[in-house]
Amino acid sequence: MNTQEKYTLAEQVIAYALKSGAQQVSVSIDESRSNDIEIRDEQIDRLTESNRNSLTVSLYVDKKYSSNSTNRLKKDELFKFVDEAIAATRYLAEDEFRILPDPVLYYKGGGEDLNMLDSSIETIETKTKIDLAKAVLGEAFNKDERIISVSSFYSDSLSTRVLVTSNGFKGDSARSSLTLYATVAVKSDKGRPSDYWYESALFYDKLKKTDIGKKALERTLKKIGPEKISSGKYPMILENRSAPNLLYPVYNALTGYALYQKQSFLAGKKDQTIASKVMTIFDDPTIISGPGSRHFDGEGLALAKRAIVEDGVLRGYYIDTYYGRKLGMDPTSGSSTNVVFKLGDRDMEGMVKSLKKGILVTGFNGGNCNGSTGDFSYGIEGYLVENGSIIHPVNEMNITGNMTQIWNNLVEAGNDIIEGSSYRVPSLMIDNVDFSGI
Amino acid sequence: MIPSLLQSCKGSALSGNFSTYLDHFEVTPELLKKVIRAAMSKGGDYADLYFEHTLNNYSNLEDGKVNQASSNVAYGVGIRVLKGDQTGYAFTEIITQEAMLKAANTAASIANDTGKAIVEDINEYTAPNFYPVITSWEDTSVKEKIPFLERINEKIFGLDTKVTKVNASIGDTTSYILFYNSEGLLACDYRPLVYLNATCVMEKDGRIENFGVSRSARMGSEFLTNDLVDTLAKDAVEKTNLQFEAGKPKAGEMEVVMSPGESGILLHEAIGHAFEADFNRKKTSIFSDKLNKKVAENFVTIVDDGTLPSNRGSLNFDDEGNPVENTVIVKDGVLTSYLHDRISAAYYKVKPTGNGRRQSFRYIPVPRMRCTRMENGPHKKEEIIASVKNGIYVDSFSNGQVNIGAGDFTFFVKAGYVIENGKLTKPIKDINIIGNGPQALADISMAADDTRLSDSTWTCGKAGQSVPVTMGLPTVKIKKLVVGGINA
Repeated sequence: MNTQEKYTLAEQVIAYALKSGAQQVSVSIDESRSNDIEIRDEQIDRLTESNRNSLTVSLYVDKKYSSNSTNRLKKDELFKFVDEAIAATRYLAEDEFRILPDPVLYYKGGGEDLNMLDSSIETIETKTKIDLAKAVLGEAFNKDERIISVSSFYSDSLSTRVLVTSNGFKGDSARSSLTLYATVAVKSDKGRPSDYWYESALFYDKLKKTDIGKKALERTLKKIGPEKISSGKYPMILENRSAPNLLYPVYNALTGYALYQKQSFLAGKKDQTIASKVMTIFDDPTIISGPGSRHFDGEGLALAKRAIVEDGVLRGYYIDTYYGRKLGMDPTSGSSTNVVFKLGDRDMEGMVKSLKKGILVTGFNGGNCNGSTGDFSYGIEGYLVENGSIIHPVNEMNITGNMTQIWNNLVEAGNDIIEGSSYRVPSLMIDNVDFSGI
Repeated sequence: MIPSLLQSCKGSALSGNFSTYLDHFEVTPELLKKVIRAAMSKGGDYADLYFEHTLNNYSNLEDGKVNQASSNVAYGVGIRVLKGDQTGYAFTEIITQEAMLKAANTAASIANDTGKAIVEDINEYTAPNFYPVITSWEDTSVKEKIPFLERINEKIFGLDTKVTKVNASIGDTTSYILFYNSEGLLACDYRPLVYLNATCVMEKDGRIENFGVSRSARMGSEFLTNDLVDTLAKDAVEKTNLQFEAGKPKAGEMEVVMSPGESGILLHEAIGHAFEADFNRKKTSIFSDKLNKKVAENFVTIVDDGTLPSNRGSLNFDDEGNPVENTVIVKDGVLTSYLHDRISAAYYKVKPTGNGRRQSFRYIPVPRMRCTRMENGPHKKEEIIASVKNGIYVDSFSNGQVNIGAGDFTFFVKAGYVIENGKLTKPIKDINIIGNGPQALADISMAADDTRLSDSTWTCGKAGQSVPVTMGLPTVKIKKLVVGGINA
């Protein structure tokens, strides 16, 4: 289906649902295509092609609500699907908060081209993709006698969405994405350490295609021979690649759902200090070719750049229409776009050089955070740093604490974000973290 | 009839009749053969077709009312071609000859040779039924589910005045599977799956605590009973209450006693994943050179069982048409088998163990666990707790993870106790525990005679695919794990 055909189908489904008893309807049609190639030890391990379609219809029937999706998109089947969904929805309880967004808040079009789609992806030959993945693998394969296995991946995808609502929203979006990835495993006296590196981009020409296998190998070799160290409070430098993981519990706590369910340690904290002055975060949907950029969200709400945290003070939540109504708050959109952390002056290496004794954390292993209290505990791996130098790898340790406390101990943000991720968070330095080890 | 939420298929629970499944997917034996021939046309060694029609329904209670529901229909066929240990894969969501032949040709391109013959005779495989259904979800209306959600809400509020919020949900899934391969094997399966979740929120002196509990099974709507609801409500209230008393233990290495049942997460994370044969075939697992070697004390026997009646982890046949079994992976302390799919079984020249699983027709099968559990040991629970001077006892978990190569595994403890001088003392919560798989397995120093299964809603993620699993364990003691906590 082309975009116009999708609009036509969405409008037919809406018209049918309205005629069949719904008072409001929203329909989205999503399509995605992807190709994945995995090379292992110079042989193609896996070639996969994926083509997905789905139509989601949200029904508002006599103050009752349900959301239903299917990948069977023939018109007559969809009509039957809508009939059944409406009949079932009538058995639910009424919910006065469930209505479509106020049309005033919808994106009305006319925004700048966000430049998210590289349609040339469709014309790349399979052989070119295989050769790219093989070149990535070649940077590591046979380059060290300790290597057990090297795998590389090439992946590309195109996804499109058409969204139409019965109260006046119509919009479509499309984006592409490409990734090259390598993972290396090596033999050592203690286990078989492995690590990875990847590059991703929205455009083929922007995708960095070298130094992926090489970095994966370097990172893996550095991990040989880990030792855990004594439990204690140490400063922590958190590498940019893992920094978003520490921010996710904060992001969960900012959603209307968590606030309403009393599962947010940030409830009632608007305009209060929740972190050190180093933390400033903007949600910015307007970055040209930014991985999280978009003009409208899943409900059709228009998006704009806004402050979430300024100098440690909480300025904004992520509130969708439904929980906004339940909480008596204005909707801001319920999901994040590009999470832009204010940068500091130096990169991770610079921070490591100035660290007297502490732990550089390069990866998390499991763990969780209690959303109500902000109490967390995560497994980590990384390096012991002393007098500005990396001494040895560490693993099998945990960090434990409270989200409010750890973000108040943030002393420095780096200047080194990872391109290709919607979480533009640099390496971070945090004081006084509880590590458990020996 | 009132819709379950959705049906969108042609009749209720199909009988185990092959022709009904062929009709359901609008295919004929001749068409299946034609597609398989196309899949094998470039010299593949093997090809299979995995047809799936899955209906999901979800109903949720919030603020005392069941006013949220959703449903999903997924329909399609995945076509896989193997050449040695190489895989070509494509799927189509439209089951027509044209679409299937196109996908088959894409998958075929993993090979680059002349076509191979397929087995022309169809061999209908009648698998055992480990999950007979009394009332199918398609014959169960949303109206019939609502009273159970309302009851759990009332029960939880009724049990404690501190309760301020309850969320409860029922998710049911019905899958029709039709499988055919280049060896002529034809199989069909009707797979039910259901869970019931409840989250309780309490407030006391300005503090808020919550706890979530769940149960799951491969059953029809006979799963929903007042007894189940009452047990779950009691469990949720008790565990939420305990959270107010709980704190964090001291950080560091210590003895850890694991409660029976849910603590099976230890097996899943510490050794289960590392036993999955794809990691071993690729030599990236820390257990890659441990087959037939002593890995644990003599009293340790661990199995991965896909045959338990109505169990969330069970399958009548795996997602590549192989029979499912109770696979002994550690027998009297010796590593006896990995968990195999078709590719790894061929690599190791053993019979597949029925562990080839996939999230849906959109994914390739890979070795996955089913119900991973440990048999009884020689000790008593009281004796085990009494033997610990300084340690912790853990009994509720939310999630875990493992690093296959390094062997480091973790699990997150939602509730437990400190053990001091052989006695359970202060409750603890929200701490991560980390250890090393082979070391932890070797460090199981005591095991009790109280093994049991956890029927919580466990979902395992690997390579971007989620599958339902379960686990089980007796009370065990591990000599040493690193416990997250506070430093004085």
